[in-house]
Amino acid sequence: MRYDAIIAETTGIRGHGDELIEAYTARPLDPGPHPGMIVIHHMPGYDRESKEITRRFATMGYAAICPNLYTREAPDAEPDDAAATARAQGGVPDERFVGDARGAAAWLRSLANATGAVGAIGFCSGGRQAVLAGIDVDLQATVDCYGAFVVGTPPEGFPLQVSPLADRVPELGAPLLGLFGNDDSYPSPDQVDELEKILQEHGKTYEFHRYDGAGHAFFSVDRPSYRPEAAVDGWRKIADFLARHLVTDVVGSN
Amino acid sequence: MCTYSTEKVALERSSGKTREGWQAMSEATVYYDHPVHAPDAHTVNIDFLGGTPGSRVAVELSLESARELLKALEVTVERAQFH
Repeated sequence: MRYDAIIAETTGIRGHGDELIEAYTARPLDPGPHPGMIVIHHMPGYDRESKEITRRFATMGYAAICPNLYTREAPDAEPDDAAATARAQGGVPDERFVGDARGAAAWLRSLANATGAVGAIGFCSGGRQAVLAGIDVDLQATVDCYGAFVVGTPPEGFPLQVSPLADRVPELGAPLLGLFGNDDSYPSPDQVDELEKILQEHGKTYEFHRYDGAGHAFFSVDRPSYRPEAAVDGWRKIADFLARHLVTDVVGSN
Repeated sequence: MCTYSTEKVALERSSGKTREGWQAMSEATVYYDHPVHAPDAHTVNIDFLGGTPGSRVAVELSLESARELLKALEVTVERAQFH
């Protein structure tokens, strides 16, 4: 019999500007040591589904943490109200996100049974932020699930504070896994091609998987966009990628 | 698709009934994106926002319902000038 147990709880971490922000953590209860994973929630916020994903990483052997990126706009609000407030205020500024992600990485590395290796994964708007974290945060792996505006230009009059990251991709330090649906418009298959070309030109370690018959948010089990075949294969690809970059590789040798 | 595309409207002398009762509404955001509750992949969402995140009046409309509502708003606003 294999011992299978995790602890999952809310905690406070120091984020951008040393401010206290809310986060949800899930960790295996075996002694470890464990690599860490930062779960970057989608635009609908720090919700039940994001917490479920965080627990899933704990069952996979990672100490996981999901910072509530909307803590400042809407402390203690319900996730949908918090997301609506954040949207009305223009979304999460990149600089603040990076500060929060650095705080999450530092928190994971401070755990007594941490290996020191830390990865990130983000969905939807969090996909773009996962790439940004791979540039600006000390990470050993990062996973972009259908993040829009990594390349491509937001339409005129666009109210959210997102800008393309194409010119910063050369600074990407973390190996990147990208998972995309071929029926998605944001990012479109052309934009995925464009990002892949930049990664190739700069000799980055990456792997992309693209799924036919899937669009945006194909991992979302409780939405009509859910595509079980793509999602099941995608989770397999995530497990394999993280095992190679966060578990097999010794920290410092990446 | 996550469009992020959002129209914002400042509201004056407007109110909404929230879970905490009637409150002044200062802003509306309108966007076509994933709903929280409605059964379509994308809906026209309207948030009427007051002073705090919890004082929100939210609706998620199917595209067809949003078109009907738009017509009704136009007719109503047009008629109002004769009152």
